[in-house]
Amino acid sequence: MSHATTENTATAGASPAPVAPRKKALSEGKKAERKLGWLLCAPAALTMVAVTGWPILYSLLLSMQRFDLKFPDRTEWIWFDNYVTVLSSPYWWNAVWVTVLLTVVTVAIELVLGMSLALIMHRALVGRGIVRTTTLIPYGIVTVVAAFSWRFAWTPGTGYLAEALGGEPVLTEKIPALMVVGLAEIWKTTPFMALLLMAGLALVPDDLLKAAAMDGASGWQRFIKITVPIMKPAILVALLFRTLDAFRIFDNLFVLTAGSQGTSSVSMLTYNNLIKGLNLGIGSTMSVLIFIMVAIIAFVFIKLFGTAAPGSDDGGKR
Amino acid sequence: MAGIGGAETTGKKVGWGLLNAVVVIYALLPVLWIVSLSFKSSATLADGNFIPREWSLENYQNIFSTSEFTRALINSIGIALIATTIAVVFGTMAAYAIARLDFPGKNLLVGVSLLIAMFPQVSLVSPLFEIERSLGLFDTWPGLILPYITFALPLAIYTLSAFFREIPWELEKAAKMDGATPGQAFRRVIAPLAAPGVFTTAILVFIFCWNDFLFAISLTSTEQSRTVPVALSFFTGSSQFEDPAGSIAAAAVVITIPIILFVLFFQRRIVAGLTSGAVKG
Repeated sequence: MSHATTENTATAGASPAPVAPRKKALSEGKKAERKLGWLLCAPAALTMVAVTGWPILYSLLLSMQRFDLKFPDRTEWIWFDNYVTVLSSPYWWNAVWVTVLLTVVTVAIELVLGMSLALIMHRALVGRGIVRTTTLIPYGIVTVVAAFSWRFAWTPGTGYLAEALGGEPVLTEKIPALMVVGLAEIWKTTPFMALLLMAGLALVPDDLLKAAAMDGASGWQRFIKITVPIMKPAILVALLFRTLDAFRIFDNLFVLTAGSQGTSSVSMLTYNNLIKGLNLGIGSTMSVLIFIMVAIIAFVFIKLFGTAAPGSDDGGKR
Repeated sequence: MAGIGGAETTGKKVGWGLLNAVVVIYALLPVLWIVSLSFKSSATLADGNFIPREWSLENYQNIFSTSEFTRALINSIGIALIATTIAVVFGTMAAYAIARLDFPGKNLLVGVSLLIAMFPQVSLVSPLFEIERSLGLFDTWPGLILPYITFALPLAIYTLSAFFREIPWELEKAAKMDGATPGQAFRRVIAPLAAPGVFTTAILVFIFCWNDFLFAISLTSTEQSRTVPVALSFFTGSSQFEDPAGSIAAAAVVITIPIILFVLFFQRRIVAGLTSGAVKG
């Protein structure tokens, strides 16, 4: 910073033009503005970099070592052996598929449900306040609390849902357990999706819809031909956010199945290797792989749909 | 014209009422179920009835008589409040700079916070576990507060800079014309106007910290810094043969109360805050 500005004043000083003092005064103000900008951003930037930057590098280093806290003496540098171990493990690939499946299915259902909910909240003639207030409860409630509610509901004997469906223990088999996990996830995050979509709905001009209706477009045509195209940025942002969030699924799984019967997600498997198994090398390898997968998803979203990341463009201006 | 805010007939109102009812039931069912469980006596806990046959407060008496829960509640409140305060202060400063000032590196900061918002948190758990153990931060309040601040900052920066952009520029300029420095303009003019936005952000950040489970279970090991969501998952019941469901349900209801209060009193603000940062792009 000081470098750039001193250069500025140096050129101003070097040329003995009459405008020099005015130019200098301007750059003084500019200098103060820059300095204030950096000062104000410093605490946030330093915290974010310190808590994520170094640990990410450190996990790269850890992932190339044999590092098991149960056998700390046998720690050694083994390059990519951990990656070979993880990538040839059926448990890892099972976790990847479970995660991908849960992500795709829940996000797809959430998009449909979220859009309906958004339309209800946007268009409701009566009771709009009540609907908005109650839909915020799933968003705000602690995920673990909601997960316990679902777990007890499906526990044979205790739960109303289990009783209603004949008392079968659904959480002890892979596919039914995953369906319950998906249900819990959808319940919790649909309102968030709906709120993001509702903000997009607010951008659709009413006049346009009315004009289309006058021209004889049906409700469905108006929705597909007018509402959806105008809302596209909002839809993409909501999809991107929810996809990345769904990919991290952990809390619901931890409470509902703890990853038993092959229901582990990648986060769950990493946690089990790290905290239960105390294997830092393998845990870090999984961490790095998850990071890479998330980066790919984000990249594909932004490339494919050219979505402006939230706030990035107008955040940059002004 | 039909269908779009046309005649508001009673038939339509009934239709909307039904739709609303479906939504409300959808949103409240799991919450009501856990409330109902928490009020069941131990004898009727496992009867599978949606509504308690026998109401009792014994679950609440149980959880408040053990330090396992009360200590976790103190940890949860303390950690969430401290992390929220710091994140909102840092976030306000950074968002002001992003919304109002021109300086190189601004886009980089926005980019970095976007990256962190998308970051898979589990990727940080392994290195933070090891780093915090060597720094003596493992199983302490600061050990949780630090990652909470970090992951709350992008949320705070986006929400706040969206709010700040709505504040009229001219007032700040007028203050500067009257001789205020940029710093004074920030403190005297913008800060009071920004207070509602800051407050909304604080609620969202608090909900985020209150909600966290992954960091809390990975970076703690004792009652000393365990938060309630983690303590819940360790509840075992007072004897080996007792079902902990009642205690878990009661504790779950206690930590849901602040969320319900926020939602009831600040519904408008929360909706505005959640949507402001996300859609303008």
